[in-house]
Amino acid sequence: MHRKAELAVPAAMAVRPRSSRMPAQLDVLQSATGVVLALFMWGHMFFVASILVSKDFMWAVTRMFEGYFFFGRSYPGVVSTLVGGILLLFVAHAALAMRKFPANYQQYRLFMSHRAAMRHEDTSLWVVQIATGFALFFLVSIHLYQMLMHPGDIGPYASSDRVWSGRWWPLYLVMLFCVELHGGIGLSRVAAKWGWFASATARQTRRRLKLLKWGVTAFLLALGLTTLAAYMKIGHEHAAQAGERYTPEQYRSVTP
Amino acid sequence: MIESPVALPAENQTPRRLRITVLRYNPAVPEQLPRLQTYELDEAVGMTLFIALGEIRETQDPSLQFDFVCRAGICGSCAMVINGRPGLACRTLTTQLPETIALAPLPGFALIGDLSVDTGKWMRAMSERVESWLHSHDVEVDLDRAEARMEPELAEAIYELDRCIECGCCVAACGTARMREDFVGAVAVNKLARFRLDPRDQRDDADYYEVIGDDDGIFGCMTLLACDDVCPKNLPLMTQLAYMRRKMAAVGWRGSDGANHS
Ligand code: SF4
Ligand code: SF4
Ligand code: FES
Repeated sequence: MHRKAELAVPAAMAVRPRSSRMPAQLDVLQSATGVVLALFMWGHMFFVASILVSKDFMWAVTRMFEGYFFFGRSYPGVVSTLVGGILLLFVAHAALAMRKFPANYQQYRLFMSHRAAMRHEDTSLWVVQIATGFALFFLVSIHLYQMLMHPGDIGPYASSDRVWSGRWWPLYLVMLFCVELHGGIGLSRVAAKWGWFASATARQTRRRLKLLKWGVTAFLLALGLTTLAAYMKIGHEHAAQAGERYTPEQYRSVTP
Repeated sequence: MIESPVALPAENQTPRRLRITVLRYNPAVPEQLPRLQTYELDEAVGMTLFIALGEIRETQDPSLQFDFVCRAGICGSCAMVINGRPGLACRTLTTQLPETIALAPLPGFALIGDLSVDTGKWMRAMSERVESWLHSHDVEVDLDRAEARMEPELAEAIYELDRCIECGCCVAACGTARMREDFVGAVAVNKLARFRLDPRDQRDDADYYEVIGDDDGIFGCMTLLACDDVCPKNLPLMTQLAYMRRKMAAVGWRGSDGANHS
């Protein structure tokens, strides 16, 4: 047996048990990726809606994104890079948001019966968000892969031909509803979650957020449907020459 | 508050005939399967569900189980699911409801029998889990000394959150709590928000993070806001959930040292 004094016991350091900081960070990232994607979708909507102004305007917007006005020629790779970035964000957001999905049939059933009994708007809207989010996994993947691989196929005729002759419009139509519902509900939920845009009373905040949410959603849906209809019409009229690219009047003599 | 969709029955009108269907089951008598039993009675002026149930028990069925203590929305024992939504029976006027009324026990809590559930057990476990009591490092409390002063506004703000009667409505209304039974619920977050305001509670945000900083805690909340809509005491649950979420998220990004009462 050793005596105590002979043992060289190394000094121990007290460790205070600490919960992981990960749940907080994942929660913030879920909201943040969602907000960035939603803002991107607003911008996206205005870019595609440029066709409602004129073909020339849409052509110019497209060229601008391809760097035409900066470099003097088009680099569709710029579009691919942007698409790649959005794809990464999208995957991150999907992975983060998936944690909130019902994990099994029992949870699903509990929530659905709860929703049916409660007849409560925000509870029901959550189901819409889950359903649209699930659909977007697939819809957005298809769309982004296409854009990543064919970034040059954007333009007054190129897009219209894709929509009509390429039979992409059914996908776009479903995606439009999913995106606008998911984004609208999501944004207002994020605002409530973090206490943004708080009015004098909580009730007032809720009422305002609700109005804003439905207002924005209705506007974007209307704009989106009109835009899609415009591409379908152009695509239909241009079906015989599908594949031909649009050139604005003033460039027609210069560019082949 | 809820606006009454139906006019109050005047004295001279023939009263409505209410049909109250109760989901009945007694876990102590498992051989009797859960069943829906309908009772009929005449609506009286100023009748609450508490009065209606009392009348049923007195004149029709003494075996019907339900809980009441204060009859004034103070004790929180009479919460039940009324036509699909949790609420206090003693604070619900029958005039606010259609003639057919469906009652069920509050889900998410241990069933005692019929409409009676054990919210106390759940609330106690919740209190122990988030340690909803004042944490003070002062070992010795001098009982002779005058209490520390507190600004009236602060005392008011604390009192506002302290009005929770632990009725369990917010938990029963919460889709997250229904799906994931370990979810703390708005009631717990509200309690911590209350202690966070209180200068006598010496815990800091990192300490609060230890008890609600995970997906069973504040980050599990999906902001369905049913809790806020059903709370019979009208507690500002949406505001408190958002507040604690911001504070806990800040701890998550900053590291350990949460400054108190900032
Ligand atoms: S927060 Fe409201 S609903 Fe929840 S237990 Fe307290 S009083 Fe009841
Ligand atoms: S906001 Fe929704 S998820 Fe969060 S506690 Fe309230 S009811 Fe539950
Ligand atoms: S009996 Fe006390 S709250 Fe209803």
